[in-house]
Amino acid sequence: MSTEGVDKGRRRFLTAATAVVGAVGGAAVAAPFVLSMQPSERAKAAGAPVEADISKLEPGQMATFEWRGKPVWVVRRTEQNLKDLASIEGKLLDPASDNTGQQPAWAKNPTRAQKEEFLVLVGICTHLGCSPTYRPDIAPADLGADWKGGFFCPCHGSRFDLAGRVYSGVPAPKNLEVPPYKFLTDSQILIGDDEGVTA
Amino acid sequence: MNDKLMQLLGWVDARFPLTKMWKEHLSEYYAPKNFNFWYFFGSLALLVLVIQIVSGILLTMSYKPDGVLAFGSVEYIMRDVDWGWLIRYMHSTGASAFFAVVYLHMFRGLMYGSYKAPRELIWIFGCLIYLALMAEAFFGYLLPWGQMSYWGAQVIVNLFATVPFVGTELAEWIRGDYVVSDATLNRFFAFHVIALPLVLVGLVAAHIIALHEVGSNNPDGVEIKKNKGPDGKPLDGIPFHPYYTVKDIVGVIGFLIIFCAILFFAPEMGGFFIEHPNFEPANPLKTPEHIAPVWYFTPFYAMLRAVPSIAGSAFPGVVVMGAATIILFFLPWLDRSPVKSIRYRGLCYKVLLALFVVDFILLGYLGVKPATPILTLIAQIGTIYYFAFFFLLAIIPKFEKTKPVPERVTG
Amino acid sequence: MKKLIVAFVFAALPALGMAAGGGVQLQKANIDLADNASLQRGARIFVNYCLSCHSAAYQRYNRVGMDIGLTTDDGELDVDQLKQLMLAADKVGETMTIAMPQGDAKKWFGNPPPDLTVIARARGVDWLYTYFKTFYIDESRPFGVNNQVFADVGMPHVLWELEGMKKAVKKTETDADGNEKTVITGYEMVTPGSMSEQEYDQAARDLTNFLAYSGEPIQLKRKEIGVYVLIFLFFFFIVAYLLKKEYWKDVH
Repeated sequence: MSTEGVDKGRRRFLTAATAVVGAVGGAAVAAPFVLSMQPSERAKAAGAPVEADISKLEPGQMATFEWRGKPVWVVRRTEQNLKDLASIEGKLLDPASDNTGQQPAWAKNPTRAQKEEFLVLVGICTHLGCSPTYRPDIAPADLGADWKGGFFCPCHGSRFDLAGRVYSGVPAPKNLEVPPYKFLTDSQILIGDDEGVTA
Repeated sequence: MNDKLMQLLGWVDARFPLTKMWKEHLSEYYAPKNFNFWYFFGSLALLVLVIQIVSGILLTMSYKPDGVLAFGSVEYIMRDVDWGWLIRYMHSTGASAFFAVVYLHMFRGLMYGSYKAPRELIWIFGCLIYLALMAEAFFGYLLPWGQMSYWGAQVIVNLFATVPFVGTELAEWIRGDYVVSDATLNRFFAFHVIALPLVLVGLVAAHIIALHEVGSNNPDGVEIKKNKGPDGKPLDGIPFHPYYTVKDIVGVIGFLIIFCAILFFAPEMGGFFIEHPNFEPANPLKTPEHIAPVWYFTPFYAMLRAVPSIAGSAFPGVVVMGAATIILFFLPWLDRSPVKSIRYRGLCYKVLLALFVVDFILLGYLGVKPATPILTLIAQIGTIYYFAFFFLLAIIPKFEKTKPVPERVTG
Repeated sequence: MKKLIVAFVFAALPALGMAAGGGVQLQKANIDLADNASLQRGARIFVNYCLSCHSAAYQRYNRVGMDIGLTTDDGELDVDQLKQLMLAADKVGETMTIAMPQGDAKKWFGNPPPDLTVIARARGVDWLYTYFKTFYIDESRPFGVNNQVFADVGMPHVLWELEGMKKAVKKTETDADGNEKTVITGYEMVTPGSMSEQEYDQAARDLTNFLAYSGEPIQLKRKEIGVYVLIFLFFFFIVAYLLKKEYWKDVH
């Protein structure tokens, strides 16, 4: 055994070449492994848009639908509810929906909706993922005289108004999420698909 | 930059023997320089173990060990999970590859007397690995919950039912039910994904530690530690790293070419790696028309069938099959020849070993064939020779003409 | 239990390869998995004639649509074409299940009709092709038909309006051991169907093709990827071999 007369340059080059080709191969093997942990076709199929019938919804009522395993609320707001929205803006963290991640672009409006009357929200608190309670009653004893209706999270006391906007000074940092949706007819909405909807 | 790295290494070395282990097992582990083709299969077995563990973990994420859901969950992996088909075929091809590699590795040991002193413990750990691997393969084969899975498990578990006096209770205890059922599937899953992998990894570690303690044998069967240079290093040894690491990379890629050719072009391997009846869901009320174990079990299966039932009990066949694996453990003491390598042993040993290989393959072939009277007779002769081989090893050294073993390795 | 083992060991004889159709010579299916037109015709036959009783519960409609070429010009799934294969109530992402309750199925057929997603991998394509072509009239059977490769089959000849109904021409042979047995030597058409013989052969081939696809939707892609993997490995082998050669110059 001897290492005399070794072409060090050739040796280094071949070592590097093998390492590079090996790394490419390793990455090519790792990629399918990593990709296999993405949502499967079944999960995607279960996450397909959901049709929701809202024809029986009375003003002031809420209905819950399931989309991608999450609750989606549809609230039919009253005239009074819509008027109240403007009056409480001073107490809200993000009244103008400036956080673009929380609603599709077309929903960046005072009512956060396509049709003012109907509010569609993902019913998951932006704090730690509990599902808040619908509290349409005005000025109940436990929520105070200023309460104009909205959502209250029982886990850590976060409060949201009837456009899903979060109050200041509660644990939740963001407004409730408005999912993509569109009206198929006046009484049918498709949750999960907002293709063709404009602001 | 380099300085900082060296500093970090020093910090680690003061707390964990990293550099020491690197030297002991790689850069200053001296392996004989004359390893040939047959010495690839140890590192390849390690590679397949890693493939099986990684692909197995990913399969576990989507598989359901449930009598109702299991079959569908495998098809779910094959279709709905991104690249699930690749991971599943890796695992199914890997199972067969594991046995192929291990059989060749064991044959290498037989050829060059690698089980002889001072390497008896390496051999015993190896035999334990082989047993654990058979158990692992058996438990895993139930999981796809196809017809072959189901009836294969049914038959093997019923082997335990032949044990006199307590057999029926023993089989029921293993199954956790009166037939192979959801309860059986669930516990086999636990054995397959937790218990046996832990045992296997532990045994592999023991196998390698024992090997590195005494050093590797080689095709000449010469102890390289007997001839050391003035620097205390074996004259016929070369550091494992870089010489055998670069060589094993070549072996690994050669293996992967064959492995991938099967995986991508013939994953069922004509029904040998994935059997056709396993594409029908398990049905406890209907046995498939034709059943055969997976190829790596067939030699032992042929021995099981070759033994006629005695006094209405199939137990003798089971004993013979069990003994066929247990006898391997005694090989270091059965073979009395002082010469290790086949290169310097007499003609009679070469003939015996060649016959043993033919016999093992023949038994494997008979294990997938219907048992006609003539084939059963051949299987009986094959079984007798299988055992006779080990005892002949104890006898032939008395008159075997061996050649002188050289002082130093050749070639 | 002991009996079971003995029975298994000596009676249930293992054999290699595909389950042969009881000694019947199988006809070659000669399918072409790359032939989308054939796959689409096969899918239509499958949906119209098989899917009312048999499910393909691991197969999703949208995947089938993409794989057999029901796509628009820009490569997207053509939902309108796909919908023609589906019941109105099904959604494109759903699997090809059936509405028949298992209990009813058991009552009508004795055993529930098996799921057909992977039937081609269990039976083999030649078996399926031959099976579709060897139904014959047998008044002793509950559905009035029997099958040459699947003796005493428990289903009617659902494709009969395409193929027609035929009766078997039998003759009695004596085998080497002197046992007499009846073998089918050919068929005679009794009630012609809407297709000619060639048309029906093609229909059977299309259906077989679709089932072969269904058994493993990835198979064509798998081989395609395999080619690249092997090319890469050969290249890697050369580089690694040169590296080994270089280092082993030290070893004398």
